[in-house]
Amino acid sequence: MATEARTGAPLPARGTAERAQLISLLTAKAKLVRRETVRLTRIAGAGHYTGTFSAAELFAALYYAQLRYRPGQPDWPDRDRFVLSKGHAAIGLYPVLADVGFFDPALLDNYTRLHSRFGDHPDMRKIPGIDFSSGSLGHGLSTTLGMTLAARVQGRPYRSYVILGDGELCEGQVWEAAMAAGHYRAGPLVAIVDRNQLSIDGPTESIMGVEPLDEKFRAFRWQVQRIDGHDFDAILDAFAGLHADPHGPPQMIIADTVKGRGVQRMELDTNWHVGNLVGADYDDVLAEIEAGLQPVTAGRDGQAGGGND
Amino acid sequence: MTDDTRAAAGTGTTGTGTAAGQQISDTFTGSEGASAALKPKDQKGTTVKGIQAAAIPAFVAGQELADLGDTDPRIVVLTADLAGAGRTADFRDRHPDRFFNMGVAEQNMISVAAGMAASGLRPYLSTFAAYVALLGCEQIRTDLAYPGLPVRILAHHSGMSLGYYGTSHHSLEDLSAMRAIADLTVVCAADANQLRAILRASLDLAGPLYIRLGRGRDPEVYPEVPASFAFGRAVRLTEGRDLTLITTGSQVRPCLDAAALLAEQDGLAVRVVDMHTISPINADEAIAAASETAAVMTVEEHNVTGGLGSAVAEVLLEAGAAVPFRRHGVPDEHVVLGPPAALYAHYELDAAGIAARARRFLAP
Repeated sequence: MATEARTGAPLPARGTAERAQLISLLTAKAKLVRRETVRLTRIAGAGHYTGTFSAAELFAALYYAQLRYRPGQPDWPDRDRFVLSKGHAAIGLYPVLADVGFFDPALLDNYTRLHSRFGDHPDMRKIPGIDFSSGSLGHGLSTTLGMTLAARVQGRPYRSYVILGDGELCEGQVWEAAMAAGHYRAGPLVAIVDRNQLSIDGPTESIMGVEPLDEKFRAFRWQVQRIDGHDFDAILDAFAGLHADPHGPPQMIIADTVKGRGVQRMELDTNWHVGNLVGADYDDVLAEIEAGLQPVTAGRDGQAGGGND
Repeated sequence: MTDDTRAAAGTGTTGTGTAAGQQISDTFTGSEGASAALKPKDQKGTTVKGIQAAAIPAFVAGQELADLGDTDPRIVVLTADLAGAGRTADFRDRHPDRFFNMGVAEQNMISVAAGMAASGLRPYLSTFAAYVALLGCEQIRTDLAYPGLPVRILAHHSGMSLGYYGTSHHSLEDLSAMRAIADLTVVCAADANQLRAILRASLDLAGPLYIRLGRGRDPEVYPEVPASFAFGRAVRLTEGRDLTLITTGSQVRPCLDAAALLAEQDGLAVRVVDMHTISPINADEAIAAASETAAVMTVEEHNVTGGLGSAVAEVLLEAGAAVPFRRHGVPDEHVVLGPPAALYAHYELDAAGIAARARRFLAP
């Protein structure tokens, strides 16, 4: 399925065999994201593990279930757009783009080396499948809104998706864009907040509180869903619940996640925002990733269980 | 900026402006009462306070964009609540589905335009220079120049043309900031006809473009739209061997007038070069001035740090030019308060002042 454009067919309903089959695939792809993040970090010598692990299920669900694209035609004008506003999680997106066929996975072996196409933050001029360069926090909602308005001007049917970080929400430009998206009723704009609870210096709610996110975006005239961002059933249901009105309200999915999810020592631990596993730790972590998600225990800096109240 | 600012500038979107707007409408562009008399494609013969509308850059911007938009469906226009002052309302009226007022949120406007350009459109965005170039500097670098996107910025009311609004509204650092950004073309329009030429040439330009505009009523330099306009190719407007004035944008007309004064009163033959493109700078034209004329003075409505003068100085020093050289512009200070004309006189950036500065330079 990865090499052909999705046709926009409905997602399989919860509880069906097709749904179970899809979630089995997505689970494997989320492991791919985490495994490759660990491998590429070793090449670079340091990497953003935890903010990538929190988005692993979101990446998998977007690229293997929801987005419409053609890997052999990255500039297909009617493709769904995707912008990774929290560009520091690109280390987990590159392996997905390679896996679905945008480029040869072997190119990633040169990750971050001199003249590599692949840096810590993604460059749209160098990497097929990257719809907009990112890295400077706070820009992505605006660029994605621009893509949405362009579709309106050109009469194109695509949706534009963006993943925002929760720490990123402190940037004022996010709220300029949120206001404009509500004003222009940018219905085909789908924003997902990776609400992983930590920014660099600590829990968001102690560094700079971002809650109540649902109420804030509703006040900015968005339609809001709030889900467990590690639960594929919940993610797929949220996608299925998106409206298709091009002049309806812009659509927000607040994905409650756990920073570092999938590697217990990193979960909700600010010490791993950037890190590098060495020696036996590297092998241990790979084994833990292969074993799949286990219940979250309380991290050093946050609350267990994906709650945020 | 603030709402009362806009009201004072007479740049609201309805009505004929407040009393304050009337009071200073001689100084600033954007009296909506004047625009109401203008119909799209029917501006011939229309005058605004005795000036042909077709000769007023502020009026030309929206008109030319609307004309270009007639044949190029990729063109969209964005503004940050300044559709009146920047005259993009003329585009809005003819192409309402391709016009986006983004409110007073310049950074978002720049990045939205970037997303539009990445999706095949050709956005032109228009607002005060101070807020697009200084407030939006990082968005211009990261979202326009780094991805190489064809977004065109109309940065109007640059320099100190907003006069007594003060430093918050002045843009005397934008050339310095913009020319340090890789893959960004930086150009200054001297008058309405040159602005038309720039806008037409912009259709074929790869990558982003920063167009620095004055207050919108800059007097004529080019009697017709210059057919030979090309980015990066300066225009030698007068010939002379005693001094070259290398200038740009709003200072081209006063430099021409200063050259006439120097010829008439001092018997000096002055070359005037319109270095409309600041980046990439036309190095050969600067070097020619150094080798063919006795002295070189740059003239710009910009802080002397980092703008045209600095760009020319870099070229000349690296070329080994041994010509007497001066930069003339706004000194590295926050300017005193006053109406524009008074400021130009105070800082010797009107014709008489430029001539006086040239005399002191040549015969200290």
